Amino acid sequence: MQQRARTPVQDWTTDWDHLDPQWIEDPYPIWADLRQKCPIAHTERFNGVYLPTRYADVRAVAYDTDHFSSRRTAIRETHHESGGGAPPITSDPPKHRLARMVLLPPFTPKAIAALEPKARRICNQLIDAFIDKGSFDGAVDYAQHIPVRVIAHLLGVPEDDGDLFRDWINAVLNEGITDYERMMRGLVEMTDYFRPLMEQRRKHPGDDLISYLVKQTYPDGSPFKDNHVLGSVRLMLIAGIDTTWSGIGSCVWHLATHADDRRRLVADPSLMPTAIEEFLRAYAPVTMAREVKQETEINGCRFKQGEMVLLSFPAANRDPEMFPDADKVIIDRKENRHAAFGLGIHRCIGSNLARMELTVAVEELLKRMPEFGIGGEVTWSEGTVRGPRKLPLKIG
Amino acid sequence: MADPKRLKIRVDPDKCQGHNRCKAVAPELFVLDDYGNAREAGDGTVPAGMEDKAYLAKSNCPEFAVEIIED
Ligand code: HEM
Ligand code: SF4
Repeated sequence: MQQRARTPVQDWTTDWDHLDPQWIEDPYPIWADLRQKCPIAHTERFNGVYLPTRYADVRAVAYDTDHFSSRRTAIRETHHESGGGAPPITSDPPKHRLARMVLLPPFTPKAIAALEPKARRICNQLIDAFIDKGSFDGAVDYAQHIPVRVIAHLLGVPEDDGDLFRDWINAVLNEGITDYERMMRGLVEMTDYFRPLMEQRRKHPGDDLISYLVKQTYPDGSPFKDNHVLGSVRLMLIAGIDTTWSGIGSCVWHLATHADDRRRLVADPSLMPTAIEEFLRAYAPVTMAREVKQETEINGCRFKQGEMVLLSFPAANRDPEMFPDADKVIIDRKENRHAAFGLGIHRCIGSNLARMELTVAVEELLKRMPEFGIGGEVTWSEGTVRGPRKLPLKIG
Repeated sequence: MADPKRLKIRVDPDKCQGHNRCKAVAPELFVLDDYGNAREAGDGTVPAGMEDKAYLAKSNCPEFAVEIIED
């Protein structure tokens, strides 16, 4: 990631910056402070962005699709018109519904359960590679590989090709921000890779996601266009990889830094479901954005048309009004309406898949390696997907 | 929390977004459709002994879509 010199933040209520080193290192105290002083903060940076930090306000923005559009879901220094977007994540009603419906059936809990044995094998193969070494990187050697291999399996392509996916995603999401050529090259490579596969699956369908998508039809009965199928596959890669990698990484980080919770989970695996939900709440990886489509007011704050809103599900999840002891990780928390997968019509389509991957990744690691701890300097991602990017661990 | 009264649950289909938390904590009380959205199982009557699970489902639904009706 490019590290540009940024003007240090003077006042978080009027000049916040989610790329500031302090935010990247530890954003939670910043949000706690804002919730008290100024629950909807603003910055002139990035051409004007609002930042609600209370659960109720995040929820209000997510639900109000009349005033807040998903046309732009990222905060950028400069405003590019993105051609076509990536439905359904960039769609508003009424178009959103149809784009979403077609993607839901392959991601139901039942469909995802069928992938679980494969996910367990993937985790164990990864663990095999480092368990005898005495140390490993929980982000680089473990978490990073799980979602790409699972998605490769879902698409019915060789697991090793997952490394190609990571490269394209990096080209599109990261380097593409400053390097247009690089982004286009990534897109072309992706298209060249998937187009022949679509042709092949039309002729010889399997039970993979590409076969499912190529047989879908529009309401008039005509088959989905190639570009539509490609767009959906691209969205899966963009939405399903960094997010899940970060989620798994944060779980592993917590278990490495909280021996009491780790030992409790090893002793009583029935706590796993509430623990995973609690990790998702406390370390929610994904922050989205909305564009103010029409001026409106929430909680006494006016939202000016054309400006953006940083939709911080992670901040909502730390609101003590919604979650008692919000900054404490309580692995048997009973009541947990966390918003890690969003709220309202854009609820994460991959949430069942992501939960399964997080659960399997933690379970298999703890089974093989009940004792581990931090073995070096940990670094965190910058931007709107939060998770550890270097997580050196020592085993035992 | 165990309530001697008979409970009925209902999922508000307009609010449910398929987070699937209800089904995860109380699989006996909910069914999912082909899109992963939830409905109450049968007529929603909560069998005796499952009241706690019903309340747990309600208090974990992020969309506030699970209602509990006490007879
Ligand atoms: C821990 C991992 C993940 C987290 C925290 C996460 C989080 C989110 C959030 C917060 C949204 C809502 C976006 C909004 O409101 O604008 C979302 C949407 C979405 N996610 Fe995920 N996600 C994860 C994994 C995945 C996976 C594995 C996939 C698919 C393979 C996926 C596919 C999608 C799609 C397609 C949408 C758009 C849904 C719509 O707009 O209707 N996500 N995700
Ligand atoms: S938890 Fe709520 S939103 Fe999710 S499936 Fe159940 S009723 Fe629907």
